Amino acid sequence: MEDRAVKIRIEEVSYFYGSHPALQEVTLDVPARAITVFFGPAGSGKTTLLRLINRLNDLVEGTRMKGRILIDGQDIYAPGTDLSALRRRVGMVFALPLPLPGTVRSNVEYGPRLAGVHERARLDEIVEHSLTQAALWDEVKDRLDEPALALSGGQQQRLCIARSLALEPEVLLLDEPTSGLDPISTGKVEESLSRLKEQYTIVIVPHSIQQAARVADYAAFFLAGRLIEYQPGKDIFTTPRHKETEDYITGRFG
Amino acid sequence: MNRHHVQRAGFILLGAISLIVVMPILLVVGSIVVRGIGAVNWEFLTAMPRDGMKAGGILPAIVGTLLLTLGTALVAIPIGVGGAIYLSEYARDTWLTRTIRLAVINLAGIPSVVYGLFGLGVFVLFLQFGTSILAGSLTLAVMTLPIIISTAEEALRAVPTEFRTVSASLGGTRWQGIRYIVLPQALPGIITGIILGLLRAAGETAPILFTAAAFFLPRLPHSIFDPVMALPYHLYVISTQVPGMPLRVQYGTALVLLTLVLSLNVLAAAIRSRFRRRRQW
Repeated sequence: MEDRAVKIRIEEVSYFYGSHPALQEVTLDVPARAITVFFGPAGSGKTTLLRLINRLNDLVEGTRMKGRILIDGQDIYAPGTDLSALRRRVGMVFALPLPLPGTVRSNVEYGPRLAGVHERARLDEIVEHSLTQAALWDEVKDRLDEPALALSGGQQQRLCIARSLALEPEVLLLDEPTSGLDPISTGKVEESLSRLKEQYTIVIVPHSIQQAARVADYAAFFLAGRLIEYQPGKDIFTTPRHKETEDYITGRFG
Repeated sequence: MNRHHVQRAGFILLGAISLIVVMPILLVVGSIVVRGIGAVNWEFLTAMPRDGMKAGGILPAIVGTLLLTLGTALVAIPIGVGGAIYLSEYARDTWLTRTIRLAVINLAGIPSVVYGLFGLGVFVLFLQFGTSILAGSLTLAVMTLPIIISTAEEALRAVPTEFRTVSASLGGTRWQGIRYIVLPQALPGIITGIILGLLRAAGETAPILFTAAAFFLPRLPHSIFDPVMALPYHLYVISTQVPGMPLRVQYGTALVLLTLVLSLNVLAAAIRSRFRRRRQW
């Protein structure tokens, strides 16, 4: 991490659903233009942490957060933060493909339109560019005005990635983006991620340890709301420093 | 008896029950059409009543009902849909919103004559609108609101939460998510609720009895402060208050009211099916 710029700094973050602590005193730096993986068993707090990075958890009632999250040195929980602007900088892809009602095209255009882009030529450019980045353009370029739900599951998920990319975010968060996909579609999504990391800071909650090992430049292992270990990916999966990490990776629990 | 026979008997029984349910509707509509169709002609629809309402047409009652329904729509739709959006999308679950919801549900069960008295007290007397289209429309709107609010809120809640989250994650404000995603998806349900509410308003007598309806007024209204004749009240009047009224005039009036209401119903069904085909989840 020493040789890379820090994009997201998470400082002593604790998070509570009611009185239940979902995260406890988590501190870690996410490097720019690399894939960082948050992994761990269900309920370890990895998805919660992911959703804190673009403040999507603000939509959940009855929660409380301590600590700070900084993007490019700016506290995103500072009062007066423009949430729409934040979420345009920090895109999110969900576990299930969730196309909005409407066509392939209107899904990609949704974000830019809300951001005030209305010029047809510019929108067409954005649609083509984002779909190309998500490795979907060749498959859908003749189907742009079909309903998004007519696409296959794998295509829908790449459409959701394209939809986030359409806003030219700096950070892309992905919450188990391939959990509903077959191996071939999963391969395509992972392939597009590895190209995207040259340009974007990517944080992903993978849907399996194998996937974590495949895509991770850096990997953070979570257990019961605590960060157990954080290392470059090539190290954590071969020589974990902590027993809990090793147990989880080798499949002794989880 | 084997399973196959039991199933057959079951189907026959259910079919018979459905028939019994549909029968009264067919009988009512049928008898009104048969006895009323002879009275309905161009003059009946477009002329003023003559000879103590025994001859001529029922134009002022038709226009009155249309105006009252329109007035009700203008007041009840924005407030009702707005209220539903507030309850479903913005209001947190507190004792206040629970009370509002409970009140809405209970309001829907209040007898319409009570709304009539309420309208008389508040709109006709206190606000001094007099017996007028305005007072009648407001009274009918108050009666219609709970129907619109509860059906619209239900339609909004049926839209999956995930769409709102996705919209927010793409930089949309809460209102933009509602405006561009949630409302279009909920629209068929909302429109159905609106039309059901307006149907009830168009057919009610009691709420306009003291607030808007004129016994006999053979001219069209000039302003919203004028009273009007209205089809349901007119039907009541010519059926009970005027001796020697030809039966076919009564049935003709009933037929016109029924046609008006049923065509609104058909419109609601058409809108629903049109949107359902377009819906994608």
